[in-house]
Amino acid sequence: MKIKGSQILIQALKQEGVDVIFGYPGGAVIDIYDELHKGNIRHILVRHEQGAVHAADGYARASGKVGVALVTSGPGASNTVTGIANAHLDSIPIVVFTGQVPTSLIGTDAFQEVDIIGITRPCTKHNFQVRRVEELTRTISEAFHIARSDRPGPVLIDLPKDVMNAMAEYTPSSFRDEEEPQPRPPSKKAFQVLDMLSEAKNPLILSGGGIILGGASQELREMAWRTKTPVTSTLMGLGAFPGTDPLWLGMPGMHGTYYANMAISHCDLMITLGCRFDDRVTGKIDTFARNAKIVHVDVDPSSINKNVMIDVPIVSDCKSALRSFNQLLKEKNFTVTGDQRREWLGLIDGWKRDVPLSYCRSDEVIKPQFVIETLYELTRGGNTIITTEVGQNQMWAAQFYKYDYPNTFLSSGGLGTMGYGFPAAIGAQLAHPDKLVVDIAGDGSIQMNIQELATAVQYKIPVKIVILNNGYLGMVRQWQELFYEKRYSHTDMTHAPDFVKLAEAYGLTGFRTGKPAEVEKVLRRGISTPGPVIMDFQVAREECVYPMVKPGGPIHEMTLGSREMVN
Amino acid sequence: MEREKKERILSLLVSNKPDVLARVAGTLGGRGYNIETLCVDATLDPKVSKIILTTIADQPTLTKIEKQLMKLIDVQKVTDLTKMATVMREMMLVRMRLTDKNKADVALIIDTFRGRVVTLNGDHCVIEISGMREEIEKALQSLTPLGIDDMARTGIIALERTK
Ligand SMILES: Cc1ncc(C[n+]2csc(CCOP(=O)(O)OP(=O)(O)O)c2C)c(N)n1
Ligand SMILES: [Mg+2]
Repeated sequence: MKIKGSQILIQALKQEGVDVIFGYPGGAVIDIYDELHKGNIRHILVRHEQGAVHAADGYARASGKVGVALVTSGPGASNTVTGIANAHLDSIPIVVFTGQVPTSLIGTDAFQEVDIIGITRPCTKHNFQVRRVEELTRTISEAFHIARSDRPGPVLIDLPKDVMNAMAEYTPSSFRDEEEPQPRPPSKKAFQVLDMLSEAKNPLILSGGGIILGGASQELREMAWRTKTPVTSTLMGLGAFPGTDPLWLGMPGMHGTYYANMAISHCDLMITLGCRFDDRVTGKIDTFARNAKIVHVDVDPSSINKNVMIDVPIVSDCKSALRSFNQLLKEKNFTVTGDQRREWLGLIDGWKRDVPLSYCRSDEVIKPQFVIETLYELTRGGNTIITTEVGQNQMWAAQFYKYDYPNTFLSSGGLGTMGYGFPAAIGAQLAHPDKLVVDIAGDGSIQMNIQELATAVQYKIPVKIVILNNGYLGMVRQWQELFYEKRYSHTDMTHAPDFVKLAEAYGLTGFRTGKPAEVEKVLRRGISTPGPVIMDFQVAREECVYPMVKPGGPIHEMTLGSREMVN
Repeated sequence: MEREKKERILSLLVSNKPDVLARVAGTLGGRGYNIETLCVDATLDPKVSKIILTTIADQPTLTKIEKQLMKLIDVQKVTDLTKMATVMREMMLVRMRLTDKNKADVALIIDTFRGRVVTLNGDHCVIEISGMREEIEKALQSLTPLGIDDMARTGIIALERTK
C-alpha cells in the first residue's frame, strides 16, 4: 500500500526507536505536523528552533541515544545552525529534519527558501536533501547510522514539501549498526603500551568526551584502578571517572586544577583516551606534557597528530581498546604495588595539599562556588544531571560539583554556546523523567534561551534553574579585569529582568536570595518544589575563576588568585 | 617527516553526487588549505567520480588534509599520488591572433611542444598543448610575447603507472 512521505517519515522514526521529537512547525512541514496530530510520536513544541536542537542534544547526551529535532524551512532551518554547530564540535548524535520549499521551487529564492545544505555543510557530520520519496526511508536510517557511529555527530535531512506529499510504499530499511564491539585480541600496540606502563614512573590518564560517547567509563575505571594510574578528564569527559575517587585529579587546562596541570607537566607517560587536545586543555603546545611519551586512542584518525604529536597512535573506539587492554592486564597478571606509585602519587598529593580547589568564603555575600558546593551536598548520589550555560558558571560547575557517573554533566565544550544549558536540561529531563535535572546558569546566558520557560511549563518539565547572578557577563568581565585593566566594556548586565517575577509571568516558581545563610534553604525549597523552578542567587559580582592559565600560556603557569584564597 | 612545502597531488574516489565537490572544496578551504588545480570526471563506474587536485603543503599538513577528506561520507578513497610512479599531464588551450610577423614563431613553438592547431578562423587560431606542468609553463612563456588573446588550462591529471 502506498502512503504519503510524511507518513513514511513517522514510520521510519518509529523504527529508529525515536520516542520524542523537539520541534516547531511552519508551512514547509505542515504536512508532517498533520501526521504528528495523530499523536503517534511525542512532540515537544519549543519556543525557538535553537532550543529544539539543544534539547535534542541534551536528550542525546543524557540518554546515549540519537536526539531528533524538526523545523520548518527558511528561518526555521537557519535558526538551528548554532545548535547544530554545537553538537558538531562536541560530537553529539542528533538528526535534524528541516522543511524545504517544493523541489520545483528550489533554487528560485522562493518564499522561506534557504540553502540549508550549503549553510550546514561545514557543521554537520553529513547532510542530505531527499529529492524523491523513494529515497526517504533509506536516507533516514542512514542518517541515524551516521549520527551514532564512529565519532558521532549531527546529521541534517532537508525535506522538500512535495516529497512529504508524494506517495510510496513503506518498507523498513535494513541499514544496521555494527554489533557491540567484542573484545579483540590485544594488538601489538597494546603490548607496547603495557611495556611503557610497566616502565613509567609517573603515568597519567587524560580522558575526554570519547569515553562518555563510547560508553567506556567502566573500562576506564577498571584500567585506572588496576594500574593505580591517576586520571584527569577534559570538560567533555567529566563523570567518566568518579569525582570522589582518590586517583581523580579534576579537570586540566585553562581553568583546570593546579594538580591536574602539574601532573600533565610532570608525567612521563600520558595515556590519552578519546580527547582531541583542544587549546583550552593544552595551553601552549610546545610545553604541554613535555616530559611524556603520549599514547592516543581515538576513533577519529583526524584527531591524532592534529595538535599534539603522538608517540603511540591507536585508531579505535575507547571501549574496544580498553577492553582488550584490560584483558591483557588480566592475562599478564599486571599489578602495581603501592610502593611503585608512592613517589608519584605522593607528589600529586603534595600538589593537592598545596593548592586545593578553593575560594575565599564569606558570610556577607554569596560566593558562586558556595552555591555549587551546597548544591552538590544536597544532590550527590548519581540521581542528578547537571547542565551548564557558558562562562564562569560553567567553570565553577565543572570545578566544584563532583561527578561520579557518566552522562550526568552536560555542557557546551567545543562551541561554548551561551543558552545551551536550559534547553539541554529540558531534553535531559525527557530522557530521564525520574532524575533531578539542574541547569547551572549565568544571568547573561539564561536570557539567551529564556523563552523555553514556556515549554517547560507547558509540558510540566521540572528542571531547576540555578542562576549565579553576578550582574555581569562574568567570564568576559574577568578577562577585562585581568588583561584589559578593568575596562568593563559592555559586560554589565544589571539591566536584566526580575527573574522571580519573570518565573511567575511564565507560570513557574521563582526564588531569590542574596544571603549566604539562605543558600541551602533556597536550594532545598527549589529542588522540592514540583515543576520547573528558577532560583536566582545574587552572588559576589567580581569573583574570578581560578586557577587560570593565560590564553596561549603553558599550563603549569597558573594564576591562583589572591594568596589568601589558597586555604 | 617531510617538512618541505611543495605541490602534492591527491586522487579521490567519491560518490557521483551533485554536492560532493562542494564538500571536498569546503573541507580544504574551511581549514585554510588552498586548492591549486582541480579536475573532476566520472570513472568507469558511473556512480563514482574521480577528483584529482593539487595543493601546496608539507607532509604533515597533507596527512591532515587526507584524514579530513576521509571523514567525508561521500569520499571512498584518497590516494597521495605525489610519491607514486605516475603519468602526469596537463592540457592548455591558447587562442592567438596570427600575424605575418609571429606566424613562423608560433609554428615553431607548436612543433617544439608537440602541440597542434585545433581551429583556424580568419587570423585567429586555437592551439592545444599537453604535457607535464613545466612544459606547459614553458610553452606559455614562449607564446606570451607573441600575443595571446586568452587561454584555459585543465590543471593536472595523473594516473598510477601500474596497479
Ligand atoms: C552565544 C555566545 N555569545 C557570546 C559568548 C561569549 N561569552 C563567553 S562567556 C560570556 C559571559 C557569560 O555571562 P553569564 O551567562 O552571565 O555567565 P558568567 O560568566 O557571568 O557566569 C560571554 C558573553 C558566548 N560564549 N556565546
Ligand atoms: Mg553573569
